Amino acid sequence: MTDWLGPAEWQAVALSLRVSLWATLFSLPFGIFVAYALARWSFPGKQIVNGLVHLPLILPPVVTGYLLLLSFGTRGPIGSFLADWGIVFAFRWSGAALAAAIMAFPLMVRAIRLSIEAVDPKLEQAAATLGAAPAWVFLTVTLPMALPGIVTGTILAFAKAMGEFGATITFVSNIPGETRTIPSAIYAFLQVPGGEGAALRLVIVAVVVAMAALLLSEIFARRVAARVGGQ
Amino acid sequence: MMLEVSLKHRFAGFDLDAQFRAPPGVTVLFGRSGSGKTTIINAVAGLLSPDQGRIAAGDWVLLDTKSGLQLRPHRRRIGYIFQEGRLFPHLSVRQNLGYGAWFAPKDAPREDMGRIVDLLGLGALLDRRPGALSGGEKQRVAIGRALLSAPKLILADEPLAALDEARKAEILPYLERLRDEVNIPILYVSHAASEVARLASSVVAIEAGRVVAQGPAAEVLGDPAILPAGAREAGALITARVVRHHDDGLSELEANGIALFLPRLANVPGTQLRLRIAAHDVILSRNRPEGLSALNILPGLVQDIRAGAGPGAIVAIDTAAGRVLARVTRRSALALGLAPGVGVHAIVKSVSVAPADVGGAAAS
Repeated sequence: MTDWLGPAEWQAVALSLRVSLWATLFSLPFGIFVAYALARWSFPGKQIVNGLVHLPLILPPVVTGYLLLLSFGTRGPIGSFLADWGIVFAFRWSGAALAAAIMAFPLMVRAIRLSIEAVDPKLEQAAATLGAAPAWVFLTVTLPMALPGIVTGTILAFAKAMGEFGATITFVSNIPGETRTIPSAIYAFLQVPGGEGAALRLVIVAVVVAMAALLLSEIFARRVAARVGGQ
Repeated sequence: MMLEVSLKHRFAGFDLDAQFRAPPGVTVLFGRSGSGKTTIINAVAGLLSPDQGRIAAGDWVLLDTKSGLQLRPHRRRIGYIFQEGRLFPHLSVRQNLGYGAWFAPKDAPREDMGRIVDLLGLGALLDRRPGALSGGEKQRVAIGRALLSAPKLILADEPLAALDEARKAEILPYLERLRDEVNIPILYVSHAASEVARLASSVVAIEAGRVVAQGPAAEVLGDPAILPAGAREAGALITARVVRHHDDGLSELEANGIALFLPRLANVPGTQLRLRIAAHDVILSRNRPEGLSALNILPGLVQDIRAGAGPGAIVAIDTAAGRVLARVTRRSALALGLAPGVGVHAIVKSVSVAPADVGGAAAS
Protein backbone atom coordinates (compact mmCIF):
# COMPACT_ATOMS: atom_id res chain seq x y z
CA MET A 1 0.00 0.00 0.00
CA THR A 2 2.62 2.49 1.07
CA ASP A 3 4.89 1.40 -1.80
CA TRP A 4 2.34 2.52 -4.33
CA LEU A 5 2.67 6.12 -3.13
CA GLY A 6 6.06 7.75 -2.69
CA PRO A 7 6.92 9.22 0.75
CA ALA A 8 6.15 12.79 -0.38
CA GLU A 9 2.83 11.72 -1.82
CA TRP A 10 1.97 9.68 1.24
CA GLN A 11 2.82 12.68 3.39
CA ALA A 12 0.39 14.83 1.39
CA VAL A 13 -2.41 12.27 1.73
CA ALA A 14 -1.92 11.88 5.48
CA LEU A 15 -1.76 15.64 5.94
CA SER A 16 -4.91 16.16 3.88
CA LEU A 17 -6.81 13.64 5.98
CA ARG A 18 -5.59 15.24 9.21
CA VAL A 19 -6.40 18.78 8.06
CA SER A 20 -9.87 17.82 6.80
CA LEU A 21 -10.73 15.79 9.90
CA TRP A 22 -9.86 18.63 12.26
CA ALA A 23 -11.51 21.21 10.03
CA THR A 24 -14.74 19.21 10.00
CA LEU A 25 -14.76 18.25 13.68
CA PHE A 26 -14.09 21.77 14.88
CA SER A 27 -16.57 23.48 12.61
CA LEU A 28 -19.39 20.97 13.29
CA PRO A 29 -20.60 22.46 16.62
CA PHE A 30 -20.47 25.97 15.14
CA GLY A 31 -22.20 24.71 12.02
CA ILE A 32 -25.06 23.20 14.02
CA PHE A 33 -25.36 26.33 16.14
CA VAL A 34 -25.43 28.71 13.16
CA ALA A 35 -27.80 26.45 11.23
CA TYR A 36 -30.16 26.29 14.22
CA ALA A 37 -30.03 30.06 14.70
CA LEU A 38 -30.76 30.68 11.02
CA ALA A 39 -33.53 28.07 10.97
CA ARG A 40 -35.33 28.89 14.20
CA TRP A 41 -34.47 32.32 15.54
CA SER A 42 -35.35 35.70 14.21
CA PHE A 43 -32.86 38.36 15.19
CA PRO A 44 -31.68 41.67 13.73
CA GLY A 45 -28.93 41.16 11.20
CA LYS A 46 -29.98 37.59 10.40
CA GLN A 47 -29.56 38.21 6.67
CA ILE A 48 -26.08 39.61 7.29
CA VAL A 49 -25.07 36.51 9.24
CA ASN A 50 -26.53 34.38 6.47
CA GLY A 51 -24.55 36.35 3.90
CA LEU A 52 -21.30 36.10 5.86
CA VAL A 53 -21.70 32.33 6.19
CA HIS A 54 -22.21 31.98 2.46
CA LEU A 55 -19.51 34.45 1.43
CA PRO A 56 -16.69 31.85 1.04
CA LEU A 57 -18.90 30.01 -1.43
CA ILE A 58 -19.11 33.04 -3.70
CA LEU A 59 -15.83 34.89 -3.20
CA PRO A 60 -12.76 33.80 -5.17
CA PRO A 61 -10.91 31.41 -2.81
CA VAL A 62 -7.79 33.58 -3.19
CA VAL A 63 -9.72 36.46 -1.65
CA THR A 64 -10.82 34.35 1.31
CA GLY A 65 -7.25 33.15 1.77
CA TYR A 66 -5.90 36.67 1.63
CA LEU A 67 -8.50 37.90 4.14
CA LEU A 68 -7.48 35.04 6.43
CA LEU A 69 -3.86 36.02 6.04
CA LEU A 70 -4.69 39.63 6.90
CA SER A 71 -6.65 38.77 10.03
CA PHE A 72 -5.01 35.53 11.22
CA GLY A 73 -1.45 36.24 10.06
CA THR A 74 1.08 36.79 12.84
CA ARG A 75 0.73 40.55 12.42
CA GLY A 76 -3.01 40.48 11.79
CA PRO A 77 -5.38 41.64 14.58
CA ILE A 78 -6.66 38.16 15.50
CA GLY A 79 -3.40 36.37 14.66
CA SER A 80 -1.25 38.57 16.91
CA PHE A 81 -3.77 38.25 19.75
CA LEU A 82 -3.83 34.45 19.44
CA ALA A 83 -0.05 34.34 19.11
CA ASP A 84 0.20 35.70 22.66
CA TRP A 85 -1.63 32.56 23.74
CA GLY A 86 0.69 30.37 21.73
CA ILE A 87 -1.82 29.66 18.96
CA VAL A 88 -0.40 30.25 15.50
CA PHE A 89 -2.24 29.61 12.26
CA ALA A 90 -0.03 31.23 9.65
CA PHE A 91 2.02 28.73 7.63
CA ARG A 92 1.01 25.85 9.92
CA TRP A 93 -1.15 22.82 9.21
CA SER A 94 -3.67 24.28 11.68
CA GLY A 95 -3.97 27.27 9.34
CA ALA A 96 -4.74 24.89 6.49
CA ALA A 97 -7.44 23.36 8.68
CA LEU A 98 -8.86 26.82 9.43
CA ALA A 99 -8.95 27.73 5.73
CA ALA A 100 -10.58 24.40 4.86
CA ALA A 101 -13.13 24.80 7.65
CA ILE A 102 -14.16 28.26 6.51
CA MET A 103 -14.41 27.22 2.87
CA ALA A 104 -16.50 24.16 3.78
CA PHE A 105 -18.68 25.97 6.32
CA PRO A 106 -21.43 27.16 3.92
CA LEU A 107 -21.99 23.64 2.60
CA MET A 108 -22.23 22.27 6.12
CA VAL A 109 -24.61 24.98 7.34
CA ARG A 110 -26.88 24.70 4.32
CA ALA A 111 -27.41 20.97 4.72
CA ILE A 112 -27.96 21.17 8.48
CA ARG A 113 -30.21 24.20 8.25
CA LEU A 114 -32.49 22.47 5.74
CA SER A 115 -32.83 19.43 7.96
CA ILE A 116 -33.55 21.50 11.07
CA GLU A 117 -36.19 23.45 9.18
CA ALA A 118 -37.78 20.14 8.27
CA VAL A 119 -38.25 19.22 11.95
CA ASP A 120 -41.86 20.01 12.88
CA PRO A 121 -41.89 22.67 15.64
CA LYS A 122 -45.07 21.00 16.89
CA LEU A 123 -42.96 18.04 18.00
CA GLU A 124 -40.70 20.42 19.91
CA GLN A 125 -43.78 21.93 21.56
CA ALA A 126 -44.97 18.45 22.49
CA ALA A 127 -41.61 17.73 24.10
CA ALA A 128 -41.86 20.97 26.08
CA THR A 129 -45.32 20.08 27.42
CA LEU A 130 -43.85 16.75 28.52
CA GLY A 131 -41.40 18.60 30.73
CA ALA A 132 -38.31 18.93 28.55
CA ALA A 133 -36.41 22.20 28.99
CA PRO A 134 -35.33 23.88 25.71
CA ALA A 135 -31.83 22.36 25.78
CA TRP A 136 -33.33 18.89 26.28
CA VAL A 137 -35.84 19.47 23.49
CA PHE A 138 -32.92 20.28 21.22
CA LEU A 139 -30.89 17.24 22.28
CA THR A 140 -33.70 14.68 22.30
CA VAL A 141 -35.94 15.85 19.45
CA THR A 142 -34.41 18.45 17.12
CA LEU A 143 -30.92 17.00 16.90
CA PRO A 144 -31.83 13.34 16.34
CA MET A 145 -34.49 14.27 13.81
CA ALA A 146 -32.06 16.51 11.93
CA LEU A 147 -29.38 13.83 11.99
CA PRO A 148 -29.61 12.85 8.30
CA GLY A 149 -28.88 16.45 7.31
CA ILE A 150 -26.12 16.74 9.88
CA VAL A 151 -24.43 13.60 8.53
CA THR A 152 -24.75 14.80 4.95
CA GLY A 153 -23.45 18.25 5.87
CA THR A 154 -20.50 16.82 7.76
CA ILE A 155 -19.41 14.49 4.99
CA LEU A 156 -19.88 17.15 2.32
CA ALA A 157 -17.78 19.53 4.41
CA PHE A 158 -15.09 16.85 4.78
CA ALA A 159 -14.98 16.27 1.04
CA LYS A 160 -14.82 20.00 0.39
CA ALA A 161 -12.01 20.36 2.95
CA MET A 162 -10.06 17.58 1.20
CA GLY A 163 -10.23 19.52 -2.06
CA GLU A 164 -9.58 23.03 -0.76
CA PHE A 165 -6.75 24.70 -2.63
CA GLY A 166 -7.01 28.43 -3.32
CA ALA A 167 -7.61 29.78 0.16
CA THR A 168 -5.17 27.30 1.68
CA ILE A 169 -2.23 28.06 -0.58
CA THR A 170 -2.82 31.82 -0.22
CA PHE A 171 -3.09 31.71 3.57
CA VAL A 172 -0.54 29.07 4.58
CA SER A 173 1.51 28.59 1.38
CA ASN A 174 2.66 25.17 0.17
CA ILE A 175 5.14 23.78 2.70
CA PRO A 176 5.88 20.04 2.40
CA GLY A 177 4.83 18.18 5.53
CA GLU A 178 3.14 21.23 7.02
CA THR A 179 0.65 22.69 4.58
CA ARG A 180 1.11 20.68 1.38
CA THR A 181 -2.26 18.90 1.14
CA ILE A 182 -3.24 16.76 -1.84
CA PRO A 183 -4.36 19.65 -4.10
CA SER A 184 -1.25 21.70 -3.28
CA ALA A 185 0.93 18.63 -3.86
CA ILE A 186 -0.68 17.95 -7.24
CA TYR A 187 -0.08 21.57 -8.18
CA ALA A 188 3.57 21.36 -7.00
CA PHE A 189 4.21 18.08 -8.86
CA LEU A 190 2.83 19.59 -12.05
CA GLN A 191 5.32 22.48 -11.75
CA VAL A 192 8.40 20.21 -11.95
CA PRO A 193 9.46 18.08 -14.98
CA GLY A 194 8.60 14.37 -14.54
CA GLY A 195 6.12 15.04 -11.77
CA GLU A 196 3.09 13.91 -13.82
CA GLY A 197 3.22 10.35 -12.46
CA ALA A 198 3.04 11.45 -8.83
CA ALA A 199 0.37 14.01 -9.68
CA LEU A 200 -1.76 11.35 -11.39
CA ARG A 201 -1.48 9.01 -8.41
CA LEU A 202 -2.67 11.80 -6.12
CA VAL A 203 -5.49 12.58 -8.53
CA ILE A 204 -6.64 8.97 -8.18
CA VAL A 205 -6.48 9.23 -4.40
CA ALA A 206 -8.52 12.45 -4.50
CA VAL A 207 -11.17 10.91 -6.74
CA VAL A 208 -11.42 7.78 -4.58
CA VAL A 209 -11.70 9.75 -1.34
CA ALA A 210 -14.33 12.08 -2.79
CA MET A 211 -16.39 9.21 -4.19
CA ALA A 212 -16.13 7.25 -0.97
CA ALA A 213 -17.26 10.26 1.03
CA LEU A 214 -20.28 10.80 -1.20
CA LEU A 215 -21.29 7.13 -1.13
CA LEU A 216 -20.77 6.95 2.60
CA SER A 217 -22.91 10.02 3.20
CA GLU A 218 -25.64 8.63 0.97
CA ILE A 219 -25.71 5.25 2.74
CA PHE A 220 -25.49 6.75 6.18
CA ALA A 221 -28.10 9.42 5.57
CA ARG A 222 -30.49 6.84 4.16
CA ARG A 223 -30.00 4.55 7.14
CA VAL A 224 -30.51 7.36 9.63
CA ALA A 225 -33.53 8.65 7.72
CA ALA A 226 -35.13 5.19 7.89
CA ARG A 227 -34.50 5.15 11.63
CA VAL A 228 -35.94 8.59 12.15
CA GLY A 229 -38.82 8.01 9.77
CA GLY A 230 -39.64 5.09 11.99
CA GLN A 231 -41.09 1.76 10.89
CA MET B 1 -58.61 20.53 42.61
CA MET B 2 -60.33 23.30 40.71
CA LEU B 3 -58.75 24.78 37.59
CA GLU B 4 -59.45 28.48 37.24
CA VAL B 5 -58.82 30.19 33.93
CA SER B 6 -59.17 33.84 33.06
CA LEU B 7 -57.74 35.07 29.77
CA LYS B 8 -57.72 38.12 27.56
CA HIS B 9 -55.92 38.07 24.26
CA ARG B 10 -56.20 40.14 21.12
CA PHE B 11 -55.51 38.68 17.70
CA ALA B 12 -55.94 40.37 14.35
CA GLY B 13 -59.71 40.35 13.94
CA PHE B 14 -60.41 38.19 16.98
CA ASP B 15 -60.69 38.93 20.68
CA LEU B 16 -60.48 36.25 23.28
CA ASP B 17 -62.02 37.10 26.63
CA ALA B 18 -62.82 33.99 28.62
CA GLN B 19 -63.25 33.13 32.30
CA PHE B 20 -64.23 29.70 33.54
CA ARG B 21 -63.68 27.13 36.27
CA ALA B 22 -63.08 23.47 35.64
CA PRO B 23 -64.00 21.09 38.50
CA PRO B 24 -62.42 17.62 38.73
CA GLY B 25 -63.55 15.21 36.03
CA VAL B 26 -63.79 16.04 32.35
CA THR B 27 -64.55 19.65 31.49
CA VAL B 28 -65.31 19.99 27.82
CA LEU B 29 -64.60 23.27 26.05
CA PHE B 30 -67.40 23.08 23.54
CA GLY B 31 -67.87 25.31 20.53
CA ARG B 32 -67.53 25.58 16.79
CA SER B 33 -64.21 25.56 14.95
CA GLY B 34 -62.56 28.94 15.26
CA SER B 35 -64.33 29.88 18.49
CA GLY B 36 -61.05 30.04 20.40
CA LYS B 37 -61.04 26.68 22.19
CA THR B 38 -57.56 25.66 21.09
CA THR B 39 -56.23 29.12 21.89
CA ILE B 40 -57.48 28.75 25.46
CA ILE B 41 -55.98 25.30 25.89
CA ASN B 42 -52.66 26.45 24.40
CA ALA B 43 -52.58 29.33 26.88
CA VAL B 44 -53.10 26.83 29.71
CA ALA B 45 -50.23 24.74 28.33
CA GLY B 46 -48.01 27.82 28.00
CA LEU B 47 -47.63 27.49 24.23
CA LEU B 48 -49.28 30.89 23.84
CA SER B 49 -48.67 33.97 25.98
CA PRO B 50 -51.94 35.83 26.50
CA ASP B 51 -52.00 39.62 26.85
CA GLN B 52 -53.64 39.33 30.26
CA GLY B 53 -54.77 36.50 32.41
CA ARG B 54 -54.51 34.22 35.37
CA ILE B 55 -54.44 30.44 35.30
CA ALA B 56 -54.29 28.42 38.51
CA ALA B 57 -54.92 24.82 39.44
CA GLY B 58 -55.80 24.92 43.11
CA ASP B 59 -53.07 26.98 44.77
CA TRP B 60 -50.61 26.22 41.99
CA VAL B 61 -50.35 29.30 39.75
CA LEU B 62 -49.31 28.75 36.14
CA LEU B 63 -49.81 32.26 34.89
CA ASP B 64 -50.53 35.60 36.49
CA THR B 65 -49.82 38.54 34.22
CA LYS B 66 -50.54 41.01 37.06
CA SER B 67 -47.61 39.75 39.08
CA GLY B 68 -45.60 38.97 35.96
CA LEU B 69 -45.56 35.25 36.66
CA GLN B 70 -45.50 32.95 33.69
CA LEU B 71 -44.27 29.38 33.97
CA ARG B 72 -42.49 28.02 30.91
CA PRO B 73 -44.36 25.13 29.25
CA HIS B 74 -41.93 22.51 30.53
CA ARG B 75 -42.51 23.61 34.13
CA ARG B 76 -46.31 23.41 33.99
CA ARG B 77 -46.61 19.65 34.53
CA ILE B 78 -49.34 19.30 31.97
CA GLY B 79 -50.17 16.23 29.92
CA TYR B 80 -51.23 17.54 26.53
CA ILE B 81 -52.95 15.15 24.11
CA PHE B 82 -52.73 16.77 20.70
CA GLN B 83 -55.18 16.36 17.87
CA GLU B 84 -52.48 14.87 15.63
CA GLY B 85 -50.82 12.80 18.32
CA ARG B 86 -47.40 14.38 17.82
CA LEU B 87 -45.51 11.22 18.71
CA PHE B 88 -41.74 11.37 18.31
CA PRO B 89 -41.08 9.43 15.09
CA HIS B 90 -37.47 8.61 15.97
CA LEU B 91 -38.40 6.91 19.25
CA SER B 92 -40.12 3.59 19.86
CA VAL B 93 -43.55 3.49 21.48
CA ARG B 94 -41.87 2.50 24.76
CA GLN B 95 -39.50 5.48 24.55
CA ASN B 96 -42.35 7.80 23.64
CA LEU B 97 -44.29 6.63 26.69
CA GLY B 98 -41.26 7.08 28.92
CA TYR B 99 -40.32 10.50 27.57
CA GLY B 100 -42.40 12.59 29.95
CA ALA B 101 -41.76 10.37 32.95
CA TRP B 102 -38.04 10.95 32.51
CA PHE B 103 -38.44 14.71 32.94
CA ALA B 104 -40.99 14.57 35.75
CA PRO B 105 -39.75 15.50 39.24
CA LYS B 106 -38.44 12.46 41.06
CA ASP B 107 -40.98 12.80 43.89
CA ALA B 108 -44.01 13.33 41.62
CA PRO B 109 -46.86 10.85 42.06
CA ARG B 110 -46.54 8.60 39.02
CA GLU B 111 -48.79 6.35 37.09
CA ASP B 112 -47.46 2.85 36.78
CA MET B 113 -46.27 2.18 33.22
CA GLY B 114 -47.67 -1.36 33.23
CA ARG B 115 -51.07 -0.16 34.38
CA ILE B 116 -51.33 2.51 31.68
CA VAL B 117 -50.11 0.07 29.03
CA ASP B 118 -52.92 -2.29 30.09
CA LEU B 119 -55.51 0.48 30.37
CA LEU B 120 -54.81 1.61 26.80
CA GLY B 121 -54.07 -1.79 25.31
CA LEU B 122 -50.53 -0.90 24.22
CA GLY B 123 -48.74 -4.11 25.20
CA ALA B 124 -48.21 -5.37 21.65
CA LEU B 125 -47.02 -1.99 20.33
CA LEU B 126 -44.17 -1.19 22.72
CA ASP B 127 -41.28 -2.01 20.42
CA ARG B 128 -42.76 -0.46 17.29
CA ARG B 129 -42.15 3.02 15.99
CA PRO B 130 -44.95 5.54 15.43
CA GLY B 131 -44.56 5.20 11.65
CA ALA B 132 -45.85 1.63 11.90
CA LEU B 133 -48.98 2.47 13.93
CA SER B 134 -52.54 3.10 12.79
CA GLY B 135 -54.22 6.40 13.58
CA GLY B 136 -56.12 4.95 16.51
CA GLU B 137 -53.02 3.29 17.93
CA LYS B 138 -51.06 6.53 17.66
CA GLN B 139 -53.73 8.39 19.58
CA ARG B 140 -53.74 5.74 22.32
CA VAL B 141 -49.96 6.07 22.64
CA ALA B 142 -50.32 9.86 22.77
CA ILE B 143 -52.83 9.50 25.61
CA GLY B 144 -50.51 7.15 27.46
CA ARG B 145 -47.53 9.43 26.96
CA ALA B 146 -49.44 12.37 28.44
CA LEU B 147 -50.62 10.29 31.42
CA LEU B 148 -47.17 8.94 32.21
CA SER B 149 -45.57 12.39 32.43
CA ALA B 150 -46.97 12.63 35.98
CA PRO B 151 -49.23 15.56 35.04
CA LYS B 152 -51.23 17.69 37.43
CA LEU B 153 -53.69 18.43 34.67
CA ILE B 154 -54.55 16.85 31.34
CA LEU B 155 -55.36 18.84 28.22
CA ALA B 156 -56.88 17.19 25.17
CA ASP B 157 -57.37 19.10 21.94
CA GLU B 158 -59.94 17.21 19.87
CA PRO B 159 -57.98 13.98 20.25
CA LEU B 160 -60.53 12.11 18.14
CA ALA B 161 -61.11 14.66 15.38
CA ALA B 162 -58.58 13.19 12.99
CA LEU B 163 -60.02 9.68 13.28
CA ASP B 164 -62.86 7.95 11.44
CA GLU B 165 -65.94 6.68 13.26
CA ALA B 166 -64.52 3.19 13.81
CA ARG B 167 -61.33 4.54 15.38
CA LYS B 168 -63.35 6.96 17.52
CA ALA B 169 -65.42 4.07 18.81
CA GLU B 170 -62.13 2.29 19.57
CA ILE B 171 -60.75 5.15 21.68
CA LEU B 172 -63.81 6.55 23.43
CA PRO B 173 -63.99 3.67 25.94
CA TYR B 174 -60.34 4.31 26.84
CA LEU B 175 -61.09 7.99 27.45
CA GLU B 176 -64.05 7.01 29.63
CA ARG B 177 -61.89 4.70 31.69
CA LEU B 178 -59.32 7.45 31.94
CA ARG B 179 -61.92 9.84 33.29
CA ASP B 180 -63.12 7.29 35.82
CA GLU B 181 -59.78 5.82 36.89
CA VAL B 182 -57.29 8.66 36.75
CA ASN B 183 -57.85 11.27 39.39
CA ILE B 184 -56.76 14.50 37.66
CA PRO B 185 -58.79 17.26 36.01
CA ILE B 186 -59.10 16.90 32.26
CA LEU B 187 -59.74 19.86 30.00
CA TYR B 188 -61.10 18.53 26.73
CA VAL B 189 -61.66 20.55 23.58
CA SER B 190 -64.37 19.33 21.24
CA HIS B 191 -66.92 20.46 18.72
CA ALA B 192 -68.62 17.06 18.49
CA ALA B 193 -71.81 16.85 20.53
CA SER B 194 -71.68 13.07 20.77
CA GLU B 195 -68.22 13.19 22.38
CA VAL B 196 -69.41 15.82 24.83
CA ALA B 197 -72.42 13.70 25.74
CA ARG B 198 -70.26 10.69 26.48
CA LEU B 199 -67.35 12.32 28.26
CA ALA B 200 -68.29 15.61 29.84
CA SER B 201 -68.82 16.07 33.54
CA SER B 202 -69.16 19.77 32.94
CA VAL B 203 -69.29 21.89 29.83
CA VAL B 204 -67.89 25.32 29.05
CA ALA B 205 -69.59 26.62 25.91
CA ILE B 206 -67.41 28.97 23.86
CA GLU B 207 -68.57 31.27 21.13
CA ALA B 208 -66.37 33.78 19.29
CA GLY B 209 -63.78 33.84 22.06
CA ARG B 210 -66.27 34.22 24.90
CA VAL B 211 -67.75 31.83 27.43
CA VAL B 212 -71.51 31.79 26.82
CA ALA B 213 -72.37 29.16 29.43
CA GLN B 214 -70.73 26.82 31.89
CA GLY B 215 -72.08 24.17 34.20
CA PRO B 216 -73.01 20.50 34.43
CA ALA B 217 -73.25 18.88 31.00
CA ALA B 218 -77.03 18.19 31.04
CA GLU B 219 -77.79 21.78 32.02
CA VAL B 220 -75.65 23.42 29.34
CA LEU B 221 -76.57 21.01 26.53
CA GLY B 222 -80.30 21.24 27.37
CA ASP B 223 -80.41 25.01 27.17
CA PRO B 224 -81.85 26.04 23.78
CA ALA B 225 -80.35 29.50 24.19
CA ILE B 226 -76.81 28.13 23.94
CA LEU B 227 -76.51 25.29 21.42
CA PRO B 228 -72.76 25.78 21.13
CA ALA B 229 -72.47 23.38 18.21
CA GLY B 230 -75.41 24.87 16.36
CA ALA B 231 -79.02 23.75 16.05
CA ARG B 232 -78.09 20.89 13.73
CA GLU B 233 -76.05 19.20 16.46
CA ALA B 234 -78.34 20.06 19.38
CA GLY B 235 -79.28 17.32 21.80
CA ALA B 236 -80.19 16.93 25.44
CA LEU B 237 -78.92 14.52 28.08
CA ILE B 238 -81.09 12.55 30.46
CA THR B 239 -80.15 9.97 33.04
CA ALA B 240 -81.87 6.60 33.17
CA ARG B 241 -81.55 3.28 34.99
CA VAL B 242 -81.65 -0.15 33.35
CA VAL B 243 -84.69 -2.04 34.71
CA ARG B 244 -84.77 -5.34 32.86
CA HIS B 245 -84.01 -6.97 29.53
CA HIS B 246 -87.01 -8.30 27.61
CA ASP B 247 -87.08 -11.44 25.49
CA ASP B 248 -87.93 -9.54 22.31
CA GLY B 249 -84.49 -7.92 22.21
CA LEU B 250 -85.39 -4.69 23.99
CA SER B 251 -84.06 -3.30 27.25
CA GLU B 252 -86.38 -1.41 29.53
CA LEU B 253 -85.04 1.70 31.23
CA GLU B 254 -86.63 4.06 33.67
CA ALA B 255 -86.02 7.78 33.88
CA ASN B 256 -87.73 9.31 36.88
CA GLY B 257 -90.88 7.21 36.44
CA ILE B 258 -90.96 7.22 32.65
CA ALA B 259 -90.32 3.91 30.91
CA LEU B 260 -88.00 3.89 27.90
CA PHE B 261 -87.28 1.00 25.55
CA LEU B 262 -83.96 0.67 23.74
CA PRO B 263 -82.38 -2.06 21.63
CA ARG B 264 -80.74 -4.62 23.94
CA LEU B 265 -77.98 -3.08 26.08
CA ALA B 266 -75.09 -4.99 27.60
CA ASN B 267 -75.45 -3.31 30.99
CA VAL B 268 -76.78 -5.23 33.97
CA PRO B 269 -80.11 -4.09 35.47
CA GLY B 270 -79.59 -1.31 37.98
CA THR B 271 -76.87 0.44 35.95
CA GLN B 272 -77.22 4.18 35.63
CA LEU B 273 -76.82 5.36 32.04
CA ARG B 274 -76.59 8.74 30.39
CA LEU B 275 -78.74 9.00 27.29
CA ARG B 276 -78.29 11.55 24.56
CA ILE B 277 -81.41 12.47 22.62
CA ALA B 278 -80.53 14.41 19.48
CA ALA B 279 -82.99 17.23 18.76
CA HIS B 280 -83.48 16.01 15.19
CA ASP B 281 -84.61 12.62 16.50
CA VAL B 282 -87.57 14.09 18.40
CA ILE B 283 -91.06 14.65 16.95
CA LEU B 284 -93.66 16.69 18.83
CA SER B 285 -97.37 16.04 19.17
CA ARG B 286 -99.99 18.04 21.06
CA ASN B 287 -102.13 14.95 21.77
CA ARG B 288 -101.00 11.63 23.08
CA PRO B 289 -100.23 9.88 19.79
CA GLU B 290 -101.91 6.59 19.03
CA GLY B 291 -101.26 4.03 16.35
CA LEU B 292 -97.60 5.06 16.22
CA SER B 293 -94.66 2.71 15.95
CA ALA B 294 -92.42 4.80 18.24
CA LEU B 295 -92.02 3.26 21.70
CA ASN B 296 -90.61 6.17 23.62
CA ILE B 297 -93.01 9.02 24.25
CA LEU B 298 -92.27 11.60 26.93
CA PRO B 299 -95.06 13.95 27.98
CA GLY B 300 -93.98 17.41 29.12
CA LEU B 301 -94.42 21.16 28.96
CA VAL B 302 -92.80 23.49 26.46
CA GLN B 303 -90.24 25.54 28.33
CA ASP B 304 -88.83 27.66 25.54
CA ILE B 305 -88.79 28.03 21.76
CA ARG B 306 -85.80 29.41 19.93
CA ALA B 307 -86.11 30.21 16.27
CA GLY B 308 -82.78 29.93 14.52
CA ALA B 309 -81.65 31.08 11.12
CA GLY B 310 -83.53 29.28 8.36
CA PRO B 311 -86.82 27.45 8.71
CA GLY B 312 -85.94 25.57 11.91
CA ALA B 313 -86.66 26.14 15.57
CA ILE B 314 -85.47 24.41 18.71
CA VAL B 315 -88.10 23.59 21.29
CA ALA B 316 -87.11 22.80 24.87
CA ILE B 317 -89.54 20.51 26.70
CA ASP B 318 -89.42 19.82 30.41
CA THR B 319 -90.41 16.20 31.00
CA ALA B 320 -90.35 14.11 34.14
CA ALA B 321 -87.22 12.43 32.74
CA GLY B 322 -85.48 15.76 32.27
CA ARG B 323 -85.04 18.43 29.63
CA VAL B 324 -85.52 17.26 26.04
CA LEU B 325 -84.79 19.32 22.92
CA ALA B 326 -86.69 18.96 19.66
CA ARG B 327 -85.85 20.42 16.27
CA VAL B 328 -88.97 21.33 14.33
CA THR B 329 -89.78 23.76 11.54
CA ARG B 330 -91.12 27.15 12.53
CA ARG B 331 -94.17 26.40 10.44
CA SER B 332 -95.08 23.33 12.49
CA ALA B 333 -94.30 25.16 15.73
CA LEU B 334 -96.87 27.75 14.62
CA ALA B 335 -99.36 25.14 13.43
CA LEU B 336 -99.17 23.25 16.73
CA GLY B 337 -99.56 26.50 18.63
CA LEU B 338 -96.42 25.83 20.63
CA ALA B 339 -95.66 28.35 23.33
CA PRO B 340 -94.07 28.18 26.76
CA GLY B 341 -96.36 26.27 29.15
CA VAL B 342 -98.16 24.28 26.43
CA GLY B 343 -98.33 20.53 27.01
CA VAL B 344 -96.78 18.31 24.31
CA HIS B 345 -95.61 14.77 23.80
CA ALA B 346 -92.02 14.28 22.70
CA ILE B 347 -91.74 11.22 20.48
CA VAL B 348 -88.18 9.97 20.53
CA LYS B 349 -87.01 8.10 17.41
CA SER B 350 -83.59 7.08 18.66
CA VAL B 351 -81.31 7.45 21.62
CA SER B 352 -77.58 7.09 22.07
CA VAL B 353 -76.23 5.71 25.27
CA ALA B 354 -73.23 6.57 27.42
CA PRO B 355 -72.40 5.33 30.92
CA ALA B 356 -73.76 7.81 33.43
CA ASP B 357 -70.96 7.59 35.92
CA VAL B 358 -69.37 10.74 34.68
CA GLY B 359 -66.41 11.74 36.81
CA GLY B 360 -66.56 13.62 40.06
CA ALA B 361 -69.20 16.10 38.97
CA ALA B 362 -71.90 13.46 38.49
CA ALA B 363 -72.74 13.67 42.15
CA SER B 364 -72.86 17.46 42.33
